[in-house]
Order: sequence, then structure tokens, then C-alpha cells
Amino acid sequence: MDSFLGRYRNLSVLLTLVVGQLVLLAYQVKTAQDVPLIRVWAVAAVTPLARAVEAGRQAAVSFFSDYFVWRQAREENERLKRELGQLKLKNHLLAAELASADRVQALMQFRAQIPSKMLAVRVIGAGAGPDSHTLFVDRGASDGVMRGMAAITPEGIVGKVIAAWPMSSLVQLITAPGAVAGVVSQTHRLRGALRGTGAALVVAEHFDNEAPLAPGEWFYTSGADRVFPRGLPAGQVKMIREGRSGKEILVEPSALKAPLEEMLIVLDGVHMLVPPPEAQPAEGVSLLPPPPPEPGAESEAPARGANGAMLTDADRLAERYRRTAEAQGVQLGTKGRVPDFTREPAPPAAGGRAAAPADSPAAKKTEPPRP
Amino acid sequence: MSRYEPGLDAGLAVRGKSARYAPAAYLLAPLGAILLQVYLPRFLPALSYLELPLLVTIYFALMRRRPASGAAAGCVIGLAQDALSPQPLGMNGISKTLAGYFAASLSQRFDVENSILRFILSFFFYIFHQFFFWSLGRGLLGRQTDFPVPQTVIYAFLNAVIAAALFGFLDRFRRED
Repeated sequence: MDSFLGRYRNLSVLLTLVVGQLVLLAYQVKTAQDVPLIRVWAVAAVTPLARAVEAGRQAAVSFFSDYFVWRQAREENERLKRELGQLKLKNHLLAAELASADRVQALMQFRAQIPSKMLAVRVIGAGAGPDSHTLFVDRGASDGVMRGMAAITPEGIVGKVIAAWPMSSLVQLITAPGAVAGVVSQTHRLRGALRGTGAALVVAEHFDNEAPLAPGEWFYTSGADRVFPRGLPAGQVKMIREGRSGKEILVEPSALKAPLEEMLIVLDGVHMLVPPPEAQPAEGVSLLPPPPPEPGAESEAPARGANGAMLTDADRLAERYRRTAEAQGVQLGTKGRVPDFTREPAPPAAGGRAAAPADSPAAKKTEPPRP
Repeated sequence: MSRYEPGLDAGLAVRGKSARYAPAAYLLAPLGAILLQVYLPRFLPALSYLELPLLVTIYFALMRRRPASGAAAGCVIGLAQDALSPQPLGMNGISKTLAGYFAASLSQRFDVENSILRFILSFFFYIFHQFFFWSLGRGLLGRQTDFPVPQTVIYAFLNAVIAAALFGFLDRFRRED
């Protein structure tokens, strides 16, 4: 230190004097805010240091705070991931439940449109083995299920019950080897049978080799097998190829295009009519849609009953009598005044049974039950 | 410089020597300069441009050739001048401390016996002092004033003229070893 001061004695003296006078100056001088300049300088000298120290402290605090926040966020992230997984699973289950409910609702609607008495069942398992072509359903003999009953869906026939236990039943699919269903073609009303071969497609048999069948042709049950009521869709011709003994017609069962989870067991079958094929306009010909019915006029579309089935003349007459009686305030089936059936009845209410759309699914698939 | 110039040779001979004065001179010369600085403008306002304490500081710094002594002389004279002025203590002190220090530092490289050199150094250090005084006032005291360059140059010239005469007068108090 002594050598340093000795070497830079002049400079040291100069700095000492200048600094001393600066301090003296600062001690006297006050700023406009009446603050001594020395305090201003001290603050100005200390402030950057204090700011740096504060910045360092804040950085350290922020670092540790962020670290703990990060750890907390990680734990929360793990928890949220677990919750998300559980919610996804729950959502999946709910979606499955909803889809199941939709299918059940569709089955109920279909059951309401079909005159046959049916029982909705749920598939609870499949037969052992990949080629068993059988399904276990959750309803059995205690619910009225018996061997030989048909199993169907709104899309078409599934198969038949081959075993009925008290609480469950076994359904043989139409694709199973040996399974047979009598069918009729939609366009030319050709009768034959579908026979399962163990493959996804069934074979249409007993058709004439010259039968005018083409891919896309629909087959409906004919009722000849005494299992499936007449008029249920069975399948669509997928391909026609040359076999050993003539043409081989392969039909894709319409009910087995998608995995089955619910179906209907026909407890008391009612035959229906095979719906006519839809008239397709010729190629290059424009065809307008049918005009809407005029107000108050009888609909040209065939009237339908509560279950969607088309009405016969007797049904229409009974309906006319019922409306006549209602208009006159007479209750049919009771003793008392007899209504005057010669008077015109009140027009049917809008949206009534006669106003069912002509293109509804029931219009294509159902006919009035036969006595 | 050529060795055929006898005046400069003599200057070279004296370069590096520190002049010594009678102790009273160290006291009376600055005191007289300060008193004159105080009283002369009172009776002769035209002489208010004089900066006699600065000239005395420069003189002793140049002749003593010791920066520490020059700085100390400037400090004492400046503080004394501040004490008799409305300036905060230290304004003239710092300016004259620096002027004394650098004057003493320069004196080790020049022949300060030369009148022309004394004139030039006085001229330069007057401007240096005024500029530093202005800088301190602006930087430390917040005085928002401009530096009057032409006026400062003129005053520096006049003070340098006075310095040439004053330095000759003060040389008489120099003690020969």
C-alpha cells in the first residue's frame, strides 16, 4: 500500500483533494427538493448496487418459486392425466351406453312397426370357436324364447334360436353351415333359399339357372321355412359366378354387416308383404318428386295404422265409423244412443295416421297383418 | 529546438528544477490575489474578468513543478475563494485543484521560465479552469447555462497578458539556492 501510494503519490493527492471537495460540495448543495446533494449521490451510488442485489434476490426467489411451482405443476399434470384417462374411459363407456341406447331405441321403433311379437335381447357372448357362428343372448325360456324362433334386426334376419335355457339362448347365425332361410327376390318374386356355408356370404339356392338375378337384388324372407315371417329383408346379392352345377349366387346378409350387440327374437311371427322395388327413373330422364297432398283432400299415399302398417278398406271403414261416432259424441261399444253413420265424419286431424310419409321405412317393409 | 538558441539552452538548463520561495510568499501571494479578486471588481468593475487566484495557482504549480503541491495549492486557494464567494465550497476548489495539478505536471516538460510559454499556458489553463468550473456547475449543481466560448477566449487572452506580468512580479520572491 505504501509503495502504491509512493508511486502514485501525486495522483493520490489529487484524487484525495478532489473527492474531499466533492464530498464538501455535496454536503452543502441541496437539490430542488431540498435534499442534500451528498444524499442524492449516495443514493445514486447505492441504488445500482441495491438494484443488482435486489435483482439477484428476486431471481433466486423466482428460481426456487418456479422450481416448486414446476414440481407442483408436474404433480398436478400427473393427476390431471390420471383424471383425463379416467374421464376418457368413462366417456367411452357412456358413449357405448348411448350407442346401445340408440340401438335399443331403433329396435323398439322397429318392433313397433312390425306386427310380429318380438323380444329385444342383448348379445352376451359368442359360441366357442371361430367358426361356431352362434351367439348367446341374455333372454331364455323364462322370457318365452323357444327353439326355432327367428332372430332379426331392423336390417334383416340374423338367424334362429337353436337352444333356449331359462336365462339365455343360443342363436345360430344365417351364415352358419347348414342354416337355411326361405327367401323371395324383390324384383321378380323368385323363390329360393339362402344357405349358410360358414363364410361371410351365404349362397342363394334353388333358383333357376336362367333366373334374372343381378348384383344388388334384394332377397326377403318368404316364410316358407316356417321360421322367419314373410317380408323381412334377408340380404343383397353380392356377386353371381359360375359354379359346378350352374350359377352360384352369393348373398351378403344385411343384418350381419356390422357386429351385433342387440337383436329381436320373434316370439309370435306375423307374415308381411314383400315391399315392391323402388321405381328408378330411366337414365337421362328427369323425374319430379310427388306433389304434396292438397288441403282437405285424401292423401294418395296409402293410409297406415298406428304401427305404420298400411290400412285395408275395412280398416278405413272402421276408422270412418269411429270418427263419425266421435263427431256425434257417441262412444262405440257401449249401450245407449247409436250414431248416425250416414253423416259425413269430421276430417282426420293433420299428422294423423293417414299422413304418414310415403318414403318412411315402414312403407317399404310392412303390410297389414293377415287375419 | 536547436542548440544555437542560447535562450532555450538556458531554459533547458533550468528544466526540472523546483523553485523555492520564502514561506511568506506562499501565504501572502494567494491572500493578496484573493483580496484583489474580491475588491478590485468592487471599485473597478471592468476588471471583474480577472482570475488572480487562478493565476497565482498556475504560477506556483508551474514553478514548483510538483503536481501534489500544485493540487494542494489549487485546493487551498480555491476553497478560500469559494469561502468568499456565493459559490458552494468546492467549486473553485476542485477546478483549481485540477488546474494546479495539470499545470505542475506540464511544467516538468516545458521551460516555464519562458514568457511566451507562460502566456500560452496561462491562456490554456484559464480556459481549462473555466470549462471545468462550468462542467461542475452543470453536472453537479444542475445549472443549465451554455459555455460562453468567445467570451472565455477573450478573458483567457486578457488573463494571460496579466499572468505574464504577474509571473514576472512573483519571480522576484523566488529564493535562489
